[in-house]
Amino acid sequence: MGGPAEQPDFRSVSHAEDWPLWEVFIRGRRGLSHQHVGSLHAPDPELALQNARDLYTRRGEGVSIWVVRSTEVHASDPDDQGPLFDPPSDKAYRHPTFYTVPEDLQL
Amino acid sequence: MPPTNSDESRNLAFQQAIDADRTVEPRDWMPERYRSTMIRQIAQHAHSEIIGMQPEGNWITRAPSLRRKAILLAKVQDEAGHGLYLYAAAETLGVGRGELTELLITGRQKYSSIFNYPTQTWADVGAIGWLVDGAAITNQLALTKTSYGPYARAMVRICREESFHQRQGFELLSELSRGTVAQHEMAQDAVNRWWWPALMMFGPPDTESPNTAQSMAWKIKRVSNDELRQRFVDMTVPQAQALALDLPDPQLRWNEARGHYDFGPIDWEEFRQVVGGHGACNAQRIAVRRAADEDGAWVREAARAWEVRQNSRTSAA
Repeated sequence: MGGPAEQPDFRSVSHAEDWPLWEVFIRGRRGLSHQHVGSLHAPDPELALQNARDLYTRRGEGVSIWVVRSTEVHASDPDDQGPLFDPPSDKAYRHPTFYTVPEDLQL
Repeated sequence: MPPTNSDESRNLAFQQAIDADRTVEPRDWMPERYRSTMIRQIAQHAHSEIIGMQPEGNWITRAPSLRRKAILLAKVQDEAGHGLYLYAAAETLGVGRGELTELLITGRQKYSSIFNYPTQTWADVGAIGWLVDGAAITNQLALTKTSYGPYARAMVRICREESFHQRQGFELLSELSRGTVAQHEMAQDAVNRWWWPALMMFGPPDTESPNTAQSMAWKIKRVSNDELRQRFVDMTVPQAQALALDLPDPQLRWNEARGHYDFGPIDWEEFRQVVGGHGACNAQRIAVRRAADEDGAWVREAARAWEVRQNSRTSAA
């Protein structure tokens, strides 16, 4: 066995570029929304769906799959969590528990 | 770059968030050492799942019945899936899939040394399911509460799927143990060979595990090597009795005062030899993985070329 200098450079041969990354969403059963379950690599949408079927539904976990290119997901900045989500916290009147109603009434 | 005040305050905030049991998510700021430790650990775990397909895959064509063959196929397919969940978790930290494969086949990242032992008989398939997967589940259950979100979520999924792996191994050994004399002997021989390597899977003793303190502080690791090993021994001894098989340790006995089983010393020199590349199958495991990677290169490239051509047609239309 040769040392590292004699190892072929696989990056230039076969790992020059990974297949694109996809986010996988699965509807567990009819009546539920699709939920994010993970991600995978695939060259195109058709193979992304096939791979998602093999990888995430080996035990009948779903009845429908969405795949979305990861680069198409736009996310909020975790550092903005405070300013982005704080405003509603002082609006307790948006919750039913804010209101006093007679206890013996169904309301 | 020398640490700045802002690095220090970020480190402090990070540790406080960890102490408050806040999960770390991919886009959060994290210390570089947390990131590199996490990449190394998740990658090693992923590589173990992928290399772990080989010792058992070795027996698929020779499974003694269609039922056993279907079970073994499903188990090996699960291991591929578990490797992929874990690679995806590692990639959220900024490392590429191809890069991880290269690190594995060039020996720069490791996998669990348990997979460097050969599977000599059909009973080894049972012993791997019962002992090796049993040890892996003990370790992985603790990791479902690890601080890095994508890793913890992969662990939850893997643990849910893996309980069948251990049960099928137990059932397989149980049938052999209660079969002919030769079958019982084959089961006992497999347990004799896999017991000590399974105990080594939890890693070196706490006194010789230099990274444990930092990993515990970052809640990457929630339970120490020795504590996990003890849990596994305590859980396994009654199972061995139910199987009517002996565990190859004359010092194994219940310690009333401790409320645990005592067990004999582990041969850490053997562990160091196997980790150091001198196990029976180290070279073979990497050679097989490398060949699969090379043989699959044209498929990866062809699928890529097809996609590029489809895209150029769409944009031309």
